[in-house]
Amino acid sequence: MRTKVQTLLNVDSAGYSNDVNRLGELERAIMDVLWESPEPLTVRQVSGRLTERDLAHTTVMTVLDRLAKKGFARRDRNGRAWRYHAAATREAYVTELMLSALEQTGDRHAALARFARSVSETEATALRRALEALGPGEDSLRATGE
Amino acid sequence: MTAAAPILAVFAAACIPAGSALAAARWPRRSPAAAIVLWQALGLGWGLAAVGALAGFGAAGGGSGVARGAFMLASKVLDGRPGAGTRRLLALILGLRLLALGAGVVLLLLLCWILVAAFAAVVRARRRQRILLSLLAHGDPKVPGALVVDHPSATAYCVPGLRSKIVISAGTLDLLDQAELAAVLAHERAHLRERHDLVLLPFTALLRAFRWSAVAREAYAAVALLVEMLADDRALRHRPARELATALLRVGAAGGVRAPNGALSAADWAADGQVAARVSRLLRPAPRLPAAMLALIAVVAVATVAIPAAFLTLPF
Repeated sequence: MRTKVQTLLNVDSAGYSNDVNRLGELERAIMDVLWESPEPLTVRQVSGRLTERDLAHTTVMTVLDRLAKKGFARRDRNGRAWRYHAAATREAYVTELMLSALEQTGDRHAALARFARSVSETEATALRRALEALGPGEDSLRATGE
Repeated sequence: MTAAAPILAVFAAACIPAGSALAAARWPRRSPAAAIVLWQALGLGWGLAAVGALAGFGAAGGGSGVARGAFMLASKVLDGRPGAGTRRLLALILGLRLLALGAGVVLLLLLCWILVAAFAAVVRARRRQRILLSLLAHGDPKVPGALVVDHPSATAYCVPGLRSKIVISAGTLDLLDQAELAAVLAHERAHLRERHDLVLLPFTALLRAFRWSAVAREAYAAVALLVEMLADDRALRHRPARELATALLRVGAAGGVRAPNGALSAADWAADGQVAARVSRLLRPAPRLPAAMLALIAVVAVATVAIPAAFLTLPF
């Protein structure tokens, strides 16, 4: 069963997961265009800036609509055309990812599993000392961080 | 009241100090898997005993067991014909019993609900992670099969689930050498393969519901640490201990990413020293528990669940 989006994307019967991957790639490419641009863009401008291929106007519009529904893109009307811009900067989303990784190890929920949880300053100092004590073959800590 | 009720109450109460003792014990780090099974049995046994005790105090007695007794009480209430002279006293007793039975039902529903709520929260958070990762992360030949996010902190984690992901920050790529990265990947793959997140979930749920309880915090911290040690052990099948240890030391010492106010969460404070404990265990491994000890743990675990289950269902 082909959804409207898949039909628009003109995906042949390669299977569901390929369609999803293809859609994900497009969303990502279009978000990259929005993040790069300092001002809002029309669908036509977004199409023009995609490095890829000759995508149908309606395809780009559908993906932009999906991104707007998911909350990653915002749109406003300029005359007759809708113009799109990113809802938040790429850095803001990266920060959200990293902070949620931090919180998950706390008592909120176990959605993710971190390799090493946050440590207190005392423990961090002890770990640095232990690393130094491991001796030859270990170059000094490349990043001690704060 | 059934005869089983006070026994179940004592059993449920005894689970609390038993949990504290298990959290304080040293042997679990010698066989994390066995200790995890014991924790699960203790949690399940406590739940059965607590619900059963409350329901049992309310249930009608007379050699019928808790489950059947509760049913008998219900039909008695519907019947509604207490003996003439002692009507008031009987009504009071009946009221207290209904209260206990109600508390038992509420506790049972609460335990089921917190599990469902915790699971829903987990599913939501993971969906958001996957969407963001699909827009932001990229692959890197240094960490095959993992996703890299361009952030300077030393962060490595996995998103468990049917479409699981391992996420490494660019800061971690700079911090660790190739062998250490491979050790981190082996550790995270073990989490994903063995679904350690599902092991931890009930204890997270308990902690959410009984935040004020010291033993709930101890249980969560203990199981979280045991799960990490289990993944460490699995990683050792593929990588030398020293690589994993130095990876842990580097990532731990770098401090990872901090909350905006720079504070650690309460659970992180409770878990202070866990990274150091994992490292010392890797560098100076203690011998595994002998088979006889493992067998004993298995017997205790089965009994911890079977005893309250028996009092709940069998007629006493």
